[in-house]
Amino acid sequence: MDADSLLLSLELASGSGQGLSPDRRASLLTSLMLVKRDYRYDRVLFWGRILGLVADYYIAQGLSEDQLAQRKTLYSLNCTEWSLLPPATEEMVAQSSVVKGRFMGDPSYEYEHTELQKVNEGDKVFEEEIVVQIKEETRLVSVIDQIDKAVAIIPRGALFKTPFGPTHVNRTFEGLSLSEAKKLSSYFHFREPVELKNKTLLEKADLDPSLDFMDSLEHDIPKGSWSIQMERGNALVVLRSLLWPGLTFYHAPRTKHYGYIYVGTGEKNMDLPFML
Amino acid sequence: MGDLPPYPERPPQQPPDRRTSQASQRQYSRDQVQPLAADPEEGQQIAPDAQRNAPGWSQRGSLSQQESLLMPRAFQAEEARIGSMEYPSMNTGFPLEFQPQPYSDESRIQAAEVTTSLMQRLQQGQSSLFQQLDSTFPEPPVNPLDPFNLYQTDQFSEGAQHGPYIRDDPALQFSPSELGFPHYSAEVPEPEPLELAVQNAKAYLLQTSISCDLSLYEHLVNLLTKILNQRPEDPLSVLESLNRTTQWEWFHPKLDTLRDEPEMQPTYEMAEKQKALFTRSGGGAEGEQEMEEEVGETPVPNIMETAFYFEQAGVGLSSDESFRIFLAMKQLAEQQPIHTCRFWGKILGMNRSYLVAEVEFREGEEEAEEEEVEEMTEGGEVMEAHGEEEGEEDEEKTVDIIPKPVWKPPPVIPKEESRSGANKYLYFVCNEPGLPWTRLPHVTPAQIVNARKIKKFFTGYLDAPVVSYPPFPGNEANYLRAQIARISAATQVSPLGFYQFSEEEGDEEEEGGAGRDSYEENPDFEGIPVLELVDSMANWVHHTQHILPQGRCTWVNPLQKTEEEEDLGEEEEKADEGPEEVEQEVGPPLLTNHAPGTLDHPAVLQPLPAVLSGRCALQPLAGGLCLCQRAKVGNTSPLGWVLVMSHDESMENQRVGGTG
Repeated sequence: MDADSLLLSLELASGSGQGLSPDRRASLLTSLMLVKRDYRYDRVLFWGRILGLVADYYIAQGLSEDQLAQRKTLYSLNCTEWSLLPPATEEMVAQSSVVKGRFMGDPSYEYEHTELQKVNEGDKVFEEEIVVQIKEETRLVSVIDQIDKAVAIIPRGALFKTPFGPTHVNRTFEGLSLSEAKKLSSYFHFREPVELKNKTLLEKADLDPSLDFMDSLEHDIPKGSWSIQMERGNALVVLRSLLWPGLTFYHAPRTKHYGYIYVGTGEKNMDLPFML
Repeated sequence: MGDLPPYPERPPQQPPDRRTSQASQRQYSRDQVQPLAADPEEGQQIAPDAQRNAPGWSQRGSLSQQESLLMPRAFQAEEARIGSMEYPSMNTGFPLEFQPQPYSDESRIQAAEVTTSLMQRLQQGQSSLFQQLDSTFPEPPVNPLDPFNLYQTDQFSEGAQHGPYIRDDPALQFSPSELGFPHYSAEVPEPEPLELAVQNAKAYLLQTSISCDLSLYEHLVNLLTKILNQRPEDPLSVLESLNRTTQWEWFHPKLDTLRDEPEMQPTYEMAEKQKALFTRSGGGAEGEQEMEEEVGETPVPNIMETAFYFEQAGVGLSSDESFRIFLAMKQLAEQQPIHTCRFWGKILGMNRSYLVAEVEFREGEEEAEEEEVEEMTEGGEVMEAHGEEEGEEDEEKTVDIIPKPVWKPPPVIPKEESRSGANKYLYFVCNEPGLPWTRLPHVTPAQIVNARKIKKFFTGYLDAPVVSYPPFPGNEANYLRAQIARISAATQVSPLGFYQFSEEEGDEEEEGGAGRDSYEENPDFEGIPVLELVDSMANWVHHTQHILPQGRCTWVNPLQKTEEEEDLGEEEEKADEGPEEVEQEVGPPLLTNHAPGTLDHPAVLQPLPAVLSGRCALQPLAGGLCLCQRAKVGNTSPLGWVLVMSHDESMENQRVGGTG
């Protein structure tokens, strides 16, 4: 959610039961403003909160002028001091995929993972157990990256693309209408499109290249991994991801308020197909 | 007239800013005009004309500088094109100033004056517009200012014949009358091929198709009007969306005064229902005062207060949502005979969510509904018994005796009585505040046992079937009730000493020491310092009964046969001589701490300034919070109950902290 409209956004996203206490909210307002100034970001988003056993991580992201460029991620343990996280690489993601369970809450904590590796010593081949240390910070980075790629969404029409390349925020976005807001096809993944080129020419003919340049949620696998609900007496549409439980996206139809926040343990729900 | 030397003097006046007021405009044009007057060829007629003209020109206050400059520029371009060979091209100075000379028409002179002064302003090189215009103009055929030019074309071509084609729209600011365009006499030579081409182009733009009434020409006019009215920053970047919006607006007129928009219908309905909540609760100011005198206590707790405490811990719904829930619970209290009630929490579902209220009925009120349900189930059992007997008789008649299956279904464990164990409280659910409350049925042990084995999302509809393996005996309402029971039993904690047992001790032996199930608030509780509460789990105890693996809180030996079963099972008794020794299941007694060795309920305690909150790790997402506030100086320590707001749609049966 945009740090500029933090209070309103937190109100609207509170239907999931998770929010922030007033002291955190207040410190966020000031600290995010300073982050924006120091790092010269165009927009700062409050991404959410990952619950750990001992402490929680508060995550923010900074965007530059081009909305689809790589976002910079920052984390904080107390909402006042923010530290920059390195960008995620595939190696990091692969390495941290073996770690399961909750986050500890301490960024320097190291998970130990024993692996069997074949070692060649001369003629003998035997397996050795190697203990690999994985830092929690690495795991944090990769989880945030995975969540972003999988379930960060924006409504259709909120961003538009110019022929020169960069993607801009659409200042004339007036919000989705009620009927559009209930359809999954009106929401896009907030990332570089992956499946767009797989569409048939017939489908592409109906698209508007300035608005429809990202993947929509319609073809997400597994089907049904999004729950759409109307809240507040039909005045707010809330999408919750069932694949990464804790991700809430809200949008007030016909207004330009929208945003998403993740408050959860950072664990993917692998049992999703069985739970539907 | 021919070629005249380019304008000799460019008065070195500093032109005022673009954004000056009209007064300075007027002044400026007058100033500008004076050098004109100095020109011997213009003569004196120009000065008064210019002065006459200036006010006329400044009347066009609504036009921005740019547009007004644009117009005459276009005008000139048009002239340059349409005009005869007499007109030299644009780029060689500005000889157009001298055009009026061949014509005796005064108004034409006026216009020329205007253009002259404007040209001079441009010449001062002030605006980037100049560059823009420069770049665009030297391309006569593809002129982006076509609408303007076409407009001018109308002027010139049709002015002589049947009056200018003026778009009769007050919003349009380019009506020729304001600009003081003259009516031309027949002295304008008609360049036929070019003129025809322009007319054709315009006719093409004006055409409408069968699918819509809007021509491109009209649409462009609408679009440009809109842009000029709204003046967005950086209009080029929002051009596409503006285009789309303009088109949309044409086809979707604003709201009718008579009819509501059909899309908003469900929203309005919900709003009406919620409004009903508010009006009932209000009941008028006088009504409230009377009520307060009569009714001492209302069973509905102070939800706003508890919501405030939970907010300090970072959990909870927004304040207006909490208030609506409060009103809905008051409505529930009015409808049902309720002794105490509490907002248990919110369970999220796929299509809709559930708001759960935990309720205790007044004595004796509850029996009526319970009996109905029991009769139905008993009737079912009797039917089954008869069926079995008949089946046995048939089988004996046939020659081939089919071997009877040895397997007997395990005995059904009876559910607990209401007001005891897992069925201690009644639960009501609704989807949103304002909608009617539905009562959930009591939970049976079989349902609890099965609920432990499956993991499914809630859809939001109470009568939806639960399709799972192992098959769940019941629909979503039963599944919901079972999960509520499990959550309540596992996560409700309180500080040690807050509750104490009531004084009856005689029952202890009868129940096999398995547990006393009633407790009351300890009036002597003084509060425990925050640090002690944070340090260890020893100071926290569960105050709800633990559910045994059997599915009940108190153990029942399933092999005790009732009378019906004994009749049936005479033959089989010998076969089953070695019944499985069912051990009595014992769970941790009430009001004790469940050490991590026996049950895993590690809690996360976060000391906050005033509020201590613990979070149950098994229900991590906002589950199982217990709040305890201690006012050191004050006497009472109000305790917030565990508000189990289960964000999670399922129970996790795994242990926490391990891999896998």
